[in-house]
Amino acid sequence: MLAAILSLGCIGLVAAIALGLAAKKFAVEVDPRELAAMEVLPGANCGACGFPGCAGYAKALVAGTIDLNQCPPGGADVVAKLARILGVEASAAAREIAVVLCQGDNRKAQVKYQYLGLADCTAAQKIAGGPKACPGGCLGLASCQRACPFDAIEMTADGLAVISREKCTGCRKCLAVCPRNVIRMTPYESAIHVLCNSHDKGAMVRKYCQIGCIGCHICKKTIPGAYKVEDFLATVVYEQDEEAIEAIGKCPTKCIRDFSDGYPEGSKLLPVAADKPHAA
Amino acid sequence: MAQHIGAPAVASVEVGQSVAKGQEIGSAKGFVSVPVHAPTSGEVVAVESRPHPWGTSLPAVVIKPDGEDRWTADLQPGDPSALSVDDIVEKVRLAGVVGMGGAAFPAHVKMSPPPEKKISTLIFNGVECEPYLTADHRMMLEEPERILQGVALLKYVFGADRVVIGIEANKPDAIALLEKECAGAPVEILPLQVKYPQGAEKQLIAAVTGREVPSGGLPMDVGVAVHNVSTAAAVADAVLFGRPLIERVCTVTGPAIREPKNLRIRIGTPLSHLVEVCGGLTEDPGKIVLGGPMMGFTQLGFDVPATRGTSGLLLLRDEDVDRQEEGPCIRCSRCVQACPMHLLPTTIAAYSRRDLLAEASEYCAMDCIECGSCSYVCPATIPLVQAIRYGKAAILAKKRNS
Repeated sequence: MLAAILSLGCIGLVAAIALGLAAKKFAVEVDPRELAAMEVLPGANCGACGFPGCAGYAKALVAGTIDLNQCPPGGADVVAKLARILGVEASAAAREIAVVLCQGDNRKAQVKYQYLGLADCTAAQKIAGGPKACPGGCLGLASCQRACPFDAIEMTADGLAVISREKCTGCRKCLAVCPRNVIRMTPYESAIHVLCNSHDKGAMVRKYCQIGCIGCHICKKTIPGAYKVEDFLATVVYEQDEEAIEAIGKCPTKCIRDFSDGYPEGSKLLPVAADKPHAA
Repeated sequence: MAQHIGAPAVASVEVGQSVAKGQEIGSAKGFVSVPVHAPTSGEVVAVESRPHPWGTSLPAVVIKPDGEDRWTADLQPGDPSALSVDDIVEKVRLAGVVGMGGAAFPAHVKMSPPPEKKISTLIFNGVECEPYLTADHRMMLEEPERILQGVALLKYVFGADRVVIGIEANKPDAIALLEKECAGAPVEILPLQVKYPQGAEKQLIAAVTGREVPSGGLPMDVGVAVHNVSTAAAVADAVLFGRPLIERVCTVTGPAIREPKNLRIRIGTPLSHLVEVCGGLTEDPGKIVLGGPMMGFTQLGFDVPATRGTSGLLLLRDEDVDRQEEGPCIRCSRCVQACPMHLLPTTIAAYSRRDLLAEASEYCAMDCIECGSCSYVCPATIPLVQAIRYGKAAILAKKRNS
């Protein structure tokens, strides 16, 4: 009995000393600032900074190899906190959010054929260029919704992806999975967009979509600086869109949209009344 | 201009120009590419993007026929005994010859194996690649001489010891005719079991030689080259007469066509014209398929042209088309039993759908030949082939990026 207690006790003691020495000798030094930075970062591991996860970004920040405004999900708040931790001055990059430039859901846009395959936009796009007749329109199979780490994308009942202005952090994951490039990054301050992604001529667009841009130039004629038309598709010039709102009522197909007043038809996202950068 | 697998040809004529039959109208771009030729004489009325059987609009040259069907003057007939192997391969390339089974892979590429790969067995594919199609059968019955001329040329090019023409056993007339024609020649006619996909390259090699092409390998790795019987005929035309590939045999069939026929068609003929020649439709087709029912491309309408790979035009009635929605996999393993490559389609498809590409590759996703057998037998109508194709494309894209 005694021998057993003694022998086990000795083994325990030796092991404890060995472990204690090893812990000292092989200790990995972690910069406390790195741990602090990890605490502050959102922890979504979205990859928008270019690193696989938040830990990699934190490490690079401490090493000083990257700017601290590279975390779009964190926004200005995180930049300020990081600046305090690292003891540097920094200002946040302008907030950008993703917007689906399409309103052609299953009721408004024609399809070329009945698609019964995989519920994935990339897979559908490979079959004769996707079921939607419009070459640029949202396919509505929710690949972007599944890719969004922030639950910011909603699919309407009629098959259209809509991105919440408030929840979108600008990580660009949805841009990477969309096979039709219908999602674009836009400045958060600009809530007015031409929601169309078709470069076809007007007559063609009218054939397959009730709500697409026909390239009629009316918006550009109304507010010359705020819109440009290239390849039969109008876009908002975001740098000088102060008066862009004036053209909304003039658009014959109603494809210009003010997100501060509400989201495209069919979306359950509420109008963001409190935040109206374009209040006239 | 996109008439084959590989880089499409680039238009080399202008609007308003008059062209003669067989004149080059699109030039090849790269090694895996062949030129395209005018299928008849006439005037070029447009060089622009037009609807293509692949479902999108692709560059095309539109020719308004003048009805004279006049051959171009610079056809160069060749004397096979005076030509070297390289000359023959070059003539085949210039004539735009591609595999006529349906995949339309440029023939000159297959005819230029690296020197260290010795081709001992040359197989000619007289097995219809898919159900419904009878184009190769018709070719063998009506033009055995052209085919055998091509067989002789290809035997010379490859220096093969054994030449086999594989024909499915349900075509006794073709077997008997070719046996008669080949009497005394060093060519075997081999009747094969009737099953799908017997006409697929790797399955045909296994049936004829018992050799299995290794995973990720090509037929040349087991000393075999496979060509379609119609390709042999096109090779003969190209080498002996200098004629480019401007026509092919196409099966127009299916329950929705009034008089199913095998037609000799010019490349570029609109599908609507083929339907007209076959007496029109009995009803609105539920599905228009270019190629066969298993691997063919479904078409949006009849306003696309036939291409070099158009082995068939299949018109199904609405009631022939299964539009059942996808159900859950019940682990019945019918797809596993059906797979001619001995893969696990349900596993690969499940991994592909979840973007687990490393796992999909581990289960040999890249060995899938996309024959469609698994999707056909699946009682839950899971789009297995589509999922696997999606996975294969993603795996390839990942390889290219890394």
